[in-house]
Amino acid sequence: MYVAVKGGERAIENAHRLLAHERRGDREVPELSLAQISGQLSLGVDRIMTEGSLYDRELAALALKQARGDMIEAIFLVRAFRATLPRFGASEPVDTGQMQVRRRISSTFKDIPGGQILGPTFDYTHRLLDPELAEGSKPEAPATAEASAATMPRVTDILGRDGLIEPSPQLDANSPVGDLTREPLSFPADRDLRLQNLARADEGFLLALGYSTQRGYGRSHPFAGEIRLGEVEVEFMAEDVGFAVPLGAVTLTECQMVNQFKGSATEAPCFTRGYGLAFGQSERKTMSMALVDRSLRARELGEEIVAPAQDEEFVMSHSDNVQATGFVEHLKLPHYVDFQSELGLLRKLRQEFSEATVEIPEPMQEAAE
Amino acid sequence: MNAPVYNFAYLDEQTKRMIRRAILKGIAIPGYQVPFASREMPMPYGWGTGGVQVTAAILGPDDVLKVIDQGSDDTTNAISIRKFFARTAGVATTTATADATVIQTRHRIPEAPLHGGQVLVYQVPIPEPLRFLEPRETETRRMHALGEYGLMHVKLYEDIARFGHIATSYAYPVKVNARYVMDPSPTPKFDNPKMDNCPALQLFGAGREKRIYAIPPYTSVVSLDFEDHPFTRYRFDAPCALCGAGDSYLDEIVTDDQGSRMFVCSDTDYCEGRQAEGHRGSESAAPHKERPHG
Amino acid sequence: MADNTTAVQDNDQPLMQAEGLGKNYGRLSACRDVSFALYPGEVLAIVGESGSGKSTLLQLLSAQLAPSAGKVSYRMRDGVMRDLAALGEAERRFLFRTDWGYVHQDPVLGLRMAVSAGANVGERLMAVGWNHYGRIRDTATSWLERVEIDVERIDDAPRTYSGGMRQRLQIARNLVTEPRLVFMDEPTGGLDVSVQARLLDLMRNLVSELGLAAIIVTHDLAVARLLSHRVMVMKGGRVIETGLTDQVLDDPREPYTQLLVSSILPA
Repeated sequence: MYVAVKGGERAIENAHRLLAHERRGDREVPELSLAQISGQLSLGVDRIMTEGSLYDRELAALALKQARGDMIEAIFLVRAFRATLPRFGASEPVDTGQMQVRRRISSTFKDIPGGQILGPTFDYTHRLLDPELAEGSKPEAPATAEASAATMPRVTDILGRDGLIEPSPQLDANSPVGDLTREPLSFPADRDLRLQNLARADEGFLLALGYSTQRGYGRSHPFAGEIRLGEVEVEFMAEDVGFAVPLGAVTLTECQMVNQFKGSATEAPCFTRGYGLAFGQSERKTMSMALVDRSLRARELGEEIVAPAQDEEFVMSHSDNVQATGFVEHLKLPHYVDFQSELGLLRKLRQEFSEATVEIPEPMQEAAE
Repeated sequence: MNAPVYNFAYLDEQTKRMIRRAILKGIAIPGYQVPFASREMPMPYGWGTGGVQVTAAILGPDDVLKVIDQGSDDTTNAISIRKFFARTAGVATTTATADATVIQTRHRIPEAPLHGGQVLVYQVPIPEPLRFLEPRETETRRMHALGEYGLMHVKLYEDIARFGHIATSYAYPVKVNARYVMDPSPTPKFDNPKMDNCPALQLFGAGREKRIYAIPPYTSVVSLDFEDHPFTRYRFDAPCALCGAGDSYLDEIVTDDQGSRMFVCSDTDYCEGRQAEGHRGSESAAPHKERPHG
Repeated sequence: MADNTTAVQDNDQPLMQAEGLGKNYGRLSACRDVSFALYPGEVLAIVGESGSGKSTLLQLLSAQLAPSAGKVSYRMRDGVMRDLAALGEAERRFLFRTDWGYVHQDPVLGLRMAVSAGANVGERLMAVGWNHYGRIRDTATSWLERVEIDVERIDDAPRTYSGGMRQRLQIARNLVTEPRLVFMDEPTGGLDVSVQARLLDLMRNLVSELGLAAIIVTHDLAVARLLSHRVMVMKGGRVIETGLTDQVLDDPREPYTQLLVSSILPA
């Protein structure tokens, strides 16, 4: 006697209860607060804000907690929330030249106006596990100095003054800002949409692609012109008051890569740009993004497209981890029906094959595909 | 903290209008894939976000919604989507095909004939029927625009040359209104003939791939084939073990590890309806009286 | 030398006409001021060293490049001369599937390497609406025979074929819709000499049997001598000498042509 499977609804409810239980972990251990996550796992929160495209530390911390530490799940939660928010308009472009800089390095010049500032970085730590951290630590207060009054021009602006690097394309102030979350994407895509896609793109995917360009798959001869981290003002042009209103400050990481370019019959040779920008401190992300941005400019710079990182349709169609994880993981969903259809066909083909093999004892040609 | 407030059927009205415009365009050009600005939904891509957005955009307070996955109302994802709309739109839900005004489906078309006024919403993973022959969107859009479908027949030719048959058993490509080649979503080819000249409106939503397409009522839908290798349906040759139906698509149930299996209707509503009418198969239990949800 | 009797068929209207054709890349002029008329059934060879502009010219003539100057007209099957630049993309692609063929030097560019030989030949038929598997296969089989490919190999993909076989398959794939004009870009390039000879022989027979017009780009004057009725010699983007093939190759006027002939065709 067979009874069809029922009770899926209760199974779902029970699964959610069990999930909540597992999320909480050992109840003898104090529960994580959002302030702890935001303050002590801050780079994780930065990544969630960047790839979730929403600057909100508290919501990002909540997402990370709800997702049990799964970054992509947390990014997904933030994205789904973001999709429901009303749009009031686009901010004025932020001026990273006016950034309150906390960290700033250039690999192209030994000294630059405003100086190199090492800031909070893992770069020169020795990667030795620190048992003191396990017990709870009381780090020294950070060193302080007089705030410098010196301006900190971007390195690319310094190069630009001599025409050594291509001018940064200036967008017409009246032209609308592309938004691939509101308009369907079509190819070829302009750079604004490409950069938006890369800013939201999975850090690991961009890292691998950027790395591939360094190893020769679409090489672009990059130098890290400048990486800067700090706070910038965000302003919004309020139509009714007629001037830009400051909304507050956001923490950004910006990376400008300086890349080689041979020039053409009509243009003198000059360096070209690759650009990366992310919320919070996200250096790996912005550097990878800048490498891939430059590679994706192959079409406009008349370079031959030979490598994955130069192929905008390939990169942009596969960079989004929320999309990618959805489609990969949907294989978990039932496919009984199409599998049954395939099974029926396969059984038929196998039967015909064995009948044919009895008649003509010749091996079947190897499939061409 | 920004506390979320959600609109009727979750999506905001502006988004619904955008989706409705895409649906109308799709209806005006049967089988053409209309790009739309798919939103990030609170369920993963691949779980039916395209179908959910289409359903959300067309659902009204008086609608009666049925959701199936693999033909069944009781698979977990069907339950999850039904609950989503019951919660966000408060609409009535049903498992009875005949009573529904909107049916969202994944991988099946119900066995009971659809009638005028109904809308069947398909969840679509890969809307592009040419995708596995030509991965580039720029190129496939050009092929559709110019009606260049030779490559699709190359695939069918290769199947016959290699296997003696067209070896596509689901997501079997069709030509809609004698113009666009269309992917019917991963339904078994058994269901293809149901799409042709169907009195109901058929809408297709692909969330991740950001495409909507449509088959208006009473539109010709022809499965691609060769004159000398015509399209054939496939169905395991057995009656349903529960209701005895000889005309329904069957699920194969593995009953032990000794190779025993049985075959039962994949459309649970159809099967239960037949059992309620007194039809019996070889393995029938007592007919299910309780019909979940309402 | 090919048989000249097929050169002019039942009419004396040109099939294709180029007028003042030129192409610039920035300051660089790849090809300039090329004019000629091609008649039905006529085979024209464009010869010159690499960099002479002959490949650019072929791309202009086959509407794969837009000219910077001048125009190319083609007489469609309805007898009307049309400016190629004025054709829509659909019309241009239709020409390529039906009335034109294009044989690439590298057969990888002209074939679907992962698809069987039968489907490679059948694709153009299916693209113009053939819908009977048996007839498509029969036609593909007969074309494989015509290009001397063992019909037992019909279900094999061309990636399992030798270079000469691939090139012959590419020719079959192009000729199956009985085009009136075939473009060939160094069709024997990269093949062994013995393989080249067989291919040339095959091409010569097919061209004359089918009354095909052809435009062949080659740096190999032996190819030009064997296949073409007329020759255009290019240098630095210009046509420097043109005439009947025998005349130009046996009695070249231009010093450059003399050099070409003497260096490549000893004795």
